[in-house]
Amino acid sequence: MDFGFNQEQEMLRATARKFFENECPSTFVRKMMDEPAGVTPDFWQKLAEQGWLGLIYPEAFGGVGLGFVDLTVLMEEMGRAVMPGPYFSTVLLGGLAIQEAGSESQKKEWLTKISGGSAKATLAWTEPGARWDAAGVTLQAREARGGFTLSGTKLFVHDAHTADALVVVARTANGASPEDGVSLFLLPRDAKGMEVKLLPTMDQTRKLCEVTLKDVSVGADALVGEKGKGWRPLARVVDRATVALCAEMCGGAQKILDMTTEYAKIRVAFGKPIGSYQGVKHRAADMLVDVENAKSITYYAAWAVDEQVAEAPLAASMAKAYVSDAYRKVAAAGIQLHGGIGFTWEHDLHLYFKRAKGSEFTFGDATYHRERVAQLINL
Amino acid sequence: MDFRLTPEQESFRNEVRAWVKQNLPKEWTSRVISGPDVPRVEAYKFLREWQKRLFDAGFIGLTWPKEYGGRGLTFMEEFILHEEMALAKAPPVLNILGIAMAGPTIIAYGTEEQKKRYLAKILSCEEIWCQGYSEPNAGSDLASLQTRAVRDRDHFVVNGQKVWTSIAQAADWMMLLARTDPDVSKHKGITYFLLDMHSPGVSVRPLRQITGDAEFNEVFFENVRVPAENVLGGVNNGWQVGITTLMYERLALGFGLQVRLRIALDALVGLAQRTKTNGDVASKDPLVRQKLAQLWIDTEAFKYTGARAITKLLKGELPGAEASTGKIWWCETHQRLQDIAMEVQGPYHQLMAGTEWAVDQGLWQYTFLRSRANSVEGGTTEIQKNIIGERVLGLPKG
Repeated sequence: MDFGFNQEQEMLRATARKFFENECPSTFVRKMMDEPAGVTPDFWQKLAEQGWLGLIYPEAFGGVGLGFVDLTVLMEEMGRAVMPGPYFSTVLLGGLAIQEAGSESQKKEWLTKISGGSAKATLAWTEPGARWDAAGVTLQAREARGGFTLSGTKLFVHDAHTADALVVVARTANGASPEDGVSLFLLPRDAKGMEVKLLPTMDQTRKLCEVTLKDVSVGADALVGEKGKGWRPLARVVDRATVALCAEMCGGAQKILDMTTEYAKIRVAFGKPIGSYQGVKHRAADMLVDVENAKSITYYAAWAVDEQVAEAPLAASMAKAYVSDAYRKVAAAGIQLHGGIGFTWEHDLHLYFKRAKGSEFTFGDATYHRERVAQLINL
Repeated sequence: MDFRLTPEQESFRNEVRAWVKQNLPKEWTSRVISGPDVPRVEAYKFLREWQKRLFDAGFIGLTWPKEYGGRGLTFMEEFILHEEMALAKAPPVLNILGIAMAGPTIIAYGTEEQKKRYLAKILSCEEIWCQGYSEPNAGSDLASLQTRAVRDRDHFVVNGQKVWTSIAQAADWMMLLARTDPDVSKHKGITYFLLDMHSPGVSVRPLRQITGDAEFNEVFFENVRVPAENVLGGVNNGWQVGITTLMYERLALGFGLQVRLRIALDALVGLAQRTKTNGDVASKDPLVRQKLAQLWIDTEAFKYTGARAITKLLKGELPGAEASTGKIWWCETHQRLQDIAMEVQGPYHQLMAGTEWAVDQGLWQYTFLRSRANSVEGGTTEIQKNIIGERVLGLPKG
């Protein structure tokens, strides 16, 4: 039994920290907030060169073949840098869905392209109904002329405007349970009848889109996995992406704690550094408790989804419930302890505060995941 | 990172599991549903027997050196042992202060004679230990303690008073912090003594708590003569001796707290699943479900945060920030758990042991009241936050 990171993982952390300090300072983040693409081709290529776009994909598809615990380390560092761009949507949503459910040829084509940096992908799952369960999937895919015709609206789709491929979650049948009849389709962004609209979002470092499909015709070869049996692989993708998101959130929360303690050491009020006052010190200690627990439960979840142990869905939900609350609280405390400066656009805190809020509701907030925990422990 | 047990760890776990099945009487599991590691007075007798059984089987002092009665194993085995104890709903260990505090301190600072004299008897529960730190005017500000120890040839003569002394009425020995030099700064003139509680001049007066129990005591010293050989770690070095082992103690105590929290949570889940409120069982109420799920998550977080600290220790590193948060987190979670236990019982929460209407023979009423002490004993939450702020985050002292 070992609850720590190994030497290679610590090295990956050091490399990633240095890389993001150099390549992704907040000046870059802010530029990308105003940039619709959210990333530059140059930056994306550098991620590919580091091997990070294919970190968790098999070597046969151009990946590095590492595991989810390794990815956790990288995600923490990305969260620390509040890294913009479609990494999450490409690697952990679109790409992971293809890896989880796709055919050999789909995997070979897309995972190889993603790993090399020549293609981006995303997952078009949620809809205006904003549900995280299978019943939320209502976009219709009707069988027609040996293929399918898709119609409906997807909302809160990460980076659809820059994705080369979208894995669209659709309903091919209304089965006995909502899980039955969910199917996954792989669509190119320029599919006829599909319209992508970039939405103005609070967290500008992460772009969300509306994707409208009007009688979009695809061949049978667009299916990812088996017809009507897409929910199970999707649930696995979502659990894993959720854990990766938690890791990213932990990294952001740690960065806020670091910024806040540094500030509390130098900011003087009433003749003393504010960190010497218990009102400030105790709140900083509360932040530390939240950050450390968030990491512990996330690391456990990363191991659980990596090993696909039976407890993996429970571990993922425990992590998301805890970390959703923790990051929000830590980000709010960070602003409070910085005082007025923390409320300015100029200070970086709001980048984290907004990322915390966006992440909190991505794949279900704490309330949703607590109920899922209750169900999984047979309450 | 690998949460699976190695074959050796697996076989250790099986050893524990098989033994517990054979040796833990069923009626003992229902008598202590939660609370801190310091047991109720009425339970001392059977708990002494329980520790003796554990000791005879080799499950006490796992991490202690073999030559002093331990097994020379690692904290990982200790972790596994406690997981099993939680699963089996085992009662706490009576001599916990000896095992978690006195013993490790003697191992770290004791002379060979002291180690030979005290350690094995701590494990076997032949000698029970209490902790003489707090005084009426020295609680959180421990270093301002006033109990005096004055040298008289080969003895020290102790006068003064300690308070909140758990288990003193049953204790044979005390870890005593007393002032030996009043003329230097307050941290420098303190000495750590191993004090025989049966010495003439020691008197113990039970203190009744809000639970109605008298688990704490006041201890008075009137010209108590302590042999100089009972100084631990050098005269006027007591502050150092008293605090440097705190880190390990917190870890060791943390194991026990994890067990008690898990047992209490399982009991609460059971309670919610059979207690009806407004016509259906409480566990079907969406708000109660939210609260129970959060407790479950928080209990798991506590376990894994502790496990990270253990891993660092095993790799020969000092535990980092994660080792310091346990006490605060445990108090917060356990007190909330006890509040929810009252909420689930509704008006029945008022009924104490002594009526057949009382839920679980009134055990929850005791643990609910007892839990208020959690955030005071062993370092208040406020002091813990100061420690985290200053020692972990590096914030300046006030």
